[in-house]
Amino acid sequence: MYFDLTDEQQAIRSTAHDFLASRFKSERMREIAASDDGTDPDGWKQMAELGWAGLALPEEWGGQGLGIVELAVLFEEMGYALAPSPLFSNTIAGLALSLCGSDELRERYLRPLAAGELRGTPALWDAGSPAHPGGYRLEAKADGDGIVLDGEKTLVMDAAGADFFLVATADGRRHLVESGADGVTVKPEVGIDPTRRFYSVGLEGVRVDPSATLPAEASDYYAVFHRLCVALAAESTGIAQRTMEMAVSYAKDRQQFGRPIGAYQAVSHRCAQMLLETENARSAVYGAAWAADAEPRSLHLAASMAKAYAGDAGWRVPDASIQVHGGIGFTWEHDLHFFLKRGRSNAAIFGDSKWHRERVADAVLARADAPAAI
Amino acid sequence: MDLTLSPSEEQFRDEVRAWIEANNPGPEPEGSLDEVMAFRREWQLKLHAAGWAGISWPEQYGGRGATMIEQAIFVGEAARQEAPSPANVLGLAMGGPVVIAHGTDAQKQRYLEPILTGEEIWCQGFSEPESGSDLASLKTRAVKDGDEWVVSGQKVWTTFAQYAKWCMLVARTDPDAPKHQGLTYFLMDMEQEGVEAKPLVQITGEGEFNEVFMDEARIPEENVVGEVGAGWGVAITTLMNERAGLAFGAIAQIQNSLARLSKLANDVRVDGGSAADDTYYRQRIAQLHIEAETMRLNAYRGLTKTMQSGIPGPEGSLGKWQWADINQGLTELALEIEGAYAPLSRGSANAIDNGAWQYGFLRSRANSIEGGTTDILKNIIAERVLGLPRLR
Repeated sequence: MYFDLTDEQQAIRSTAHDFLASRFKSERMREIAASDDGTDPDGWKQMAELGWAGLALPEEWGGQGLGIVELAVLFEEMGYALAPSPLFSNTIAGLALSLCGSDELRERYLRPLAAGELRGTPALWDAGSPAHPGGYRLEAKADGDGIVLDGEKTLVMDAAGADFFLVATADGRRHLVESGADGVTVKPEVGIDPTRRFYSVGLEGVRVDPSATLPAEASDYYAVFHRLCVALAAESTGIAQRTMEMAVSYAKDRQQFGRPIGAYQAVSHRCAQMLLETENARSAVYGAAWAADAEPRSLHLAASMAKAYAGDAGWRVPDASIQVHGGIGFTWEHDLHFFLKRGRSNAAIFGDSKWHRERVADAVLARADAPAAI
Repeated sequence: MDLTLSPSEEQFRDEVRAWIEANNPGPEPEGSLDEVMAFRREWQLKLHAAGWAGISWPEQYGGRGATMIEQAIFVGEAARQEAPSPANVLGLAMGGPVVIAHGTDAQKQRYLEPILTGEEIWCQGFSEPESGSDLASLKTRAVKDGDEWVVSGQKVWTTFAQYAKWCMLVARTDPDAPKHQGLTYFLMDMEQEGVEAKPLVQITGEGEFNEVFMDEARIPEENVVGEVGAGWGVAITTLMNERAGLAFGAIAQIQNSLARLSKLANDVRVDGGSAADDTYYRQRIAQLHIEAETMRLNAYRGLTKTMQSGIPGPEGSLGKWQWADINQGLTELALEIEGAYAPLSRGSANAIDNGAWQYGFLRSRANSIEGGTTDILKNIIAERVLGLPRLR
């Protein structure tokens, strides 16, 4: 029994923390957020040089071979810094190719992805659908020995500059489609979070060669899904930690009625609540990350618990921090709103909190007809 | 990071599990408090005979010298199997550890053994009618008279004072010193003329705790624990012990309650299905499970930290706060699920689960008050963990 980071994991944390703090100072984060496509090619290159693109991918394919605990450590720091980066979407594509791809696809796409030379992102949800995990509608229409895709995917992260998409179809399969393929169009969506952009990806008569369809079936992607939920929950935990620290620091400095506002219990108890939610989120995240690495049979439940709890904390804590800051917290000039927006966006995607609580309810209410967690 | 038990810890858990399975006397009698206490005394004797009573105490004082993780395993397993409480909970969790930490050799010789056997029950005389959360403002006076101290004043919320032989009493010995410095920690004999315990009836109708009136009660000077005037520091040790020991038992108890709540939800019919099919109840049950899991994991993190640094940190306050919220939340939800049957309690033929949830709902109102109110815990967290300024 030892529930803390090892020295090696602490070292990953401090490397990530220091790099992100110097690379993504507020001014730089704002520049990227204000840019047309929200990308930062130099920053991405540096992350790739640090080995982050392949952090939790097997060494066999050029990754670092580290676990989900290490991935969670990294994403907690990404959230803390609110680094605008395609690291999350690229990590999902990497995990999907690693866990569900063919060796041919791994050689051609995963190896360069792990090195930061190619970038991928999942294209899962169909425009107009409820966008729940697993609920994909795009038909894989037979076309000779391959398939052809006609439809529109939305909520595709970081599509600008991506080299390929992993497109989900109604049969639960994923197909690797290069962004330059005939019939593919990428259009930005307008979102609340300028630090992580969503796109719509149009697919018009896009032909997919059989070798570009990943061999795995729908249920094989649960392993990818649960791991990405942990990473996203870790990012939300970092957001909560950072915005709690901002609130506490402001409450110590800001004077009203002759004393720091943090001396008033209406404010200090709000800060205590922020700490409770942040620490709970962190425990849920690392419990699930540990399960991913050491006890996969309990991962589905742990991942849903982490995503639901940290998802909520990831926007409630910044929201409470805005309240502690008062009027200044509501201005564009203050950074808090960027954290709120990312946190709220995180809570919504890859199963919102209600969806994940339903999975928990399935497990704990132990109904005989309970479906498997996605 | 490793959330599993080591082979030797697993072996210890199996040993504990088997012993409790073989010896657990089952649910407590539903009769008077006297019957309950007699039942608990018998259970404690059994625990003591098998070496489980002072599990955290060093071996030289009759304990088992168990590691923190072993203590957590034992407390968790006893709660999981719903073993009764020992009769002398406060003596085992607070009195003994305080005597061991601050007592003289003579005190250790005199007090420890009867705590372990349950022969002498202990109670805690800290709170007063006008000194609750602001404990250091207490007014009970102790005045030196030859080789004795003479005590007058009133204590309140004194659990099992009516059965206690010894009271861990904090009294003011120097009214001119700053409020934290004029206090002394005594062991007061409850069986004397100047002491009177009057049970207080709780909202459940039971009388676990009491008012204790002292009118020139006598305490020999050898019954001071620690130095005269150093009572605050001694008292704080006991409060820390109280919190550190609670977490793992509380978690197992919450897990049992959550399992019962799931059963209740499956049993109660709602709109043609069961409450377990109803999204509103499902969502809230799931949220309670998630919070209970974060509490369990927080306790593991806390345990790791305590094993590294040796002392429980103020973060333990988070666990106590969370325990109160979850325990209250799940009994509140149970009553909602029961719907119109919520008013029927134990003894009514139509009460669901013989009114267990009604009792739980009422008893759990105390959870955010006893052992540090949630409001005070938030102050402690704000000041000692977050470093926010004090409003004093």
